[in-house]
Amino acid sequence: MRNEIVWKVGGQQGEGIDSTGEIFALALARKGYYIASNKHFASRIKGGYTHYQIRVSTDPVYYHGDYTDILLALDQETIDNNVDVMSENSIILRDGNEESIEVKSRGTVITFPLTKMAEAIGGKIVRNMVSLGASAAFYGLNEDLFDSIIEDRFNKKGDEMVNMNKNAVRAGFAKATEYIDNKNISITPLMKPELETRRSLMIGNEAVGFGALAGGCRFLSAYPITPASEVMEWLKKELPAVGGTVVQAEDEIAGITMAIGAAYSGVRAMTSTSGPGLSLKTEALGLAGISETPIVIMNSQRGGPGTGLPTKFEQSDLNTMINAGHGEIARIVLAPSTVEEAFYMTAQAFNYAEQYQVPVIIAMDLSLSLFIQTVNKLDFNKITINRGKLLSDAEVEKNEERFFLRYGFSEDGISNRSIPGQKGGVHTANSNEHRESGHIDEDPVIRIKMMQKRLGKLAALKDPGFDVLGEKENDVLLVGFGSTIGVIQEAQKELEKSGLKVAHAHIKRLTPFDTSLTDYIVKSKNVFVIENNYTGQLRRLIQMECNTGKELVGINRYDGNPFTLKEILEQINGTLSKEGK
Amino acid sequence: MATLKDFKGDQPTWCPGCGHFSVMASLQKAASEIGLEPHDMGVVSGIGCSGKISEYTRAYGFHTLHGRSLPIAQGAALGNKDVQIIASGGDGDGYGIGVGHFIHAVRRNVNMTYLVMDNNIYGLTKGQTSPTSQQGFITKSSPKGSVESPVHPLETALANGITFLAQGFSGDIKQLNEIVKAALQHKGFALVNVFSPCVTFNKVNTYDYYKENLVDVSTFTNYDKTDRMNAIKTIREKNGLVTGILFKEDKPTFTDLTKDFPEIAIAKQDLNLDSTILEKIEKQFQ
Ligand SMILES: Cc1ncc(C[n+]2csc(CCOP(=O)(O)OP(=O)(O)O)c2C)c(N)n1
Ligand code: SF4
Repeated sequence: MRNEIVWKVGGQQGEGIDSTGEIFALALARKGYYIASNKHFASRIKGGYTHYQIRVSTDPVYYHGDYTDILLALDQETIDNNVDVMSENSIILRDGNEESIEVKSRGTVITFPLTKMAEAIGGKIVRNMVSLGASAAFYGLNEDLFDSIIEDRFNKKGDEMVNMNKNAVRAGFAKATEYIDNKNISITPLMKPELETRRSLMIGNEAVGFGALAGGCRFLSAYPITPASEVMEWLKKELPAVGGTVVQAEDEIAGITMAIGAAYSGVRAMTSTSGPGLSLKTEALGLAGISETPIVIMNSQRGGPGTGLPTKFEQSDLNTMINAGHGEIARIVLAPSTVEEAFYMTAQAFNYAEQYQVPVIIAMDLSLSLFIQTVNKLDFNKITINRGKLLSDAEVEKNEERFFLRYGFSEDGISNRSIPGQKGGVHTANSNEHRESGHIDEDPVIRIKMMQKRLGKLAALKDPGFDVLGEKENDVLLVGFGSTIGVIQEAQKELEKSGLKVAHAHIKRLTPFDTSLTDYIVKSKNVFVIENNYTGQLRRLIQMECNTGKELVGINRYDGNPFTLKEILEQINGTLSKEGK
Repeated sequence: MATLKDFKGDQPTWCPGCGHFSVMASLQKAASEIGLEPHDMGVVSGIGCSGKISEYTRAYGFHTLHGRSLPIAQGAALGNKDVQIIASGGDGDGYGIGVGHFIHAVRRNVNMTYLVMDNNIYGLTKGQTSPTSQQGFITKSSPKGSVESPVHPLETALANGITFLAQGFSGDIKQLNEIVKAALQHKGFALVNVFSPCVTFNKVNTYDYYKENLVDVSTFTNYDKTDRMNAIKTIREKNGLVTGILFKEDKPTFTDLTKDFPEIAIAKQDLNLDSTILEKIEKQFQ
């Protein structure tokens, strides 16, 4: 018995690869397995090699795996592209009219007449169902594995469709069973999960949308861009029912500025984008900063710069997210590392934005945004709505002065807030430097006080800015942020197996940076900062914030693809052995 | 009931004689005449001399960025549809750096007013050529005369489906006041372009120039302001030098057409959701 499998389907874009992957993953999530996934795709709609890799495990997983156990290859290109990730025990199932089995050093290639079988049942459209049925058999799962999903998807189209799909699954299952029984294919069945429960399966962008909705967001304005559009699309579908709306803006500048306008009117508002859009939004980010308008910006990083690698993974917007914009503002940049965390952090982002009256950026990345993961039962009691110093109508009405002191000085630097429509709250929100009522004022004394107020506001933010697994004193400290959490966790486990003492710190807030990390750095013999960019943006940030003088070793990848566990281990072991440690 | 005085904000610092005074006065007067209260009104302005209107008018104000008043105003108008939102700025702000937003605001038709103070020049940055400057216009940035042909904001607005279009002149405050009042009362996106002379930097498009050249459409026999093609034709024929309400059409607004747009102003929605709603959404993912 095995506790996990890595399954992959590959072919040309437009051949139903996505839906096949989704059905496979959902079927297993419904049985209580944990899922992590990865997709390879190009910036085009039809054609071009694509694959969907799904790791199924009885334990929580956040990394899609180095190797593939079963590959459904819809074409030769898929086989060629995946030779390196197959192993001796892998199975490659390919479509072909001549049935055959070839045992190779990198797996057993089985050829089934998938298309023919599908055509006999109802047409080529059920070919993927035949292959799903075969997949189930190869891992000792049941032939009814996909039934509930087939029913959910096709009930509306009638019994005939439902039966056709179920029959296709069963045909594939029977064919694979025949091979297992008669042709000496040895299989290692997948263990049952500890708990047979339906787990949620989401992409990060849906989790951001859902977290926003739960966290009180009622307005989103955004411009389509990979890999961020799903936030807009999901909220467009869901926000109206809870009293909100979504506007597709004419560009990213309008995306953020409309959100700022909505936030000014008293709505919890956000925009969502990726690198190129973030670059366009920077002037308005400064406006949110100086006008102290609370907004949330989701930025899903992809390969930059310019148009860069639009459908590839990179973590190279860190500097931009924490620094973008002229002048100086206070901002918060949160970095979720799992889909589940994206839900809670997004909800929390709206509290931070209103409590501190600052822009909050949610730093996502393409893998986290687009690739499905299982999410534990969400705890909605954890979601609270704290609107900070936004005053009620009655409180605002008490003001008898001609102008409300929207930017009134206070001990914590955060001022009372009134919104249009509230009697007694009239003021001018301002992008120019201003006095307490919001009117332009360039007096140096006021300027100094306003700068100290705005830039001092976040001093009160004491929540932990990173998660750590392990002790302070270590042989090895691994540091990362975002979706690399899974592969780094596994690297930690592997290194521990070789007798090293290892800790893993994952940064969850990029600014304000939690400098208590310093202690871990100082007490660790070797520190590795693992990130997907060329210049080592996180490493440099830590150097600057923690200022220990200690050398941090960068492990960087910037070819558009996520790290493999193997390469991380090789780099770490290489460094350690060079140093003779 | 609020009086004109209630709408007076910070002390203006515009040059004496600047056309922007009249534009602001007409807005404040119109607001008081139609029974608005300062707290039910939001003035969102861009950057320029014109952008100062949100400083000098007592209402909820937002003095924003150069060229971005429109999306911010639309966000505010959608966020709280019970507040009367006015976006305002100059010709550079609206038809230069912000022209992309302008076209989309027209076609989006959110219920709000857009008040442009058009002085055919960049005032705040001390006199460069603007997108509405005539060809051959001489400034520090076009010492040999500007070579680009000017934008045509009125025709652009009409071509893109504007539902209320008017043009005024700072030298005719009575007409301007009536126009602004009608614009505020229009349901949908209303554009009021006002010739608002810059007495300091523009020695061509002066009060006298406009007095000589402008014609009021209400003096035309049978001007039909519901006829879009006729409005375009008239504007073309008069080279844009017409005033009055040029076009008006009653059409569903953005929020009317967005079938699921919330009935209650979004800013007034209760944000705490019953956990059964969230649990139902969670099930989608299983
Ligand atoms: C992004 C940006 N670019 C340039 C400027 C400089 N700037 C301020 S106002 C202005 C033009 C003002 O002209 P207009 O909008 O016609 O208004 P007016 O001053 O004439 O009323 C410019 C270019 C700026 N503030 N921001
Ligand atoms: S520079 Fe021109 S536009 Fe600016 S205040 Fe003076 S007259 Fe008015």
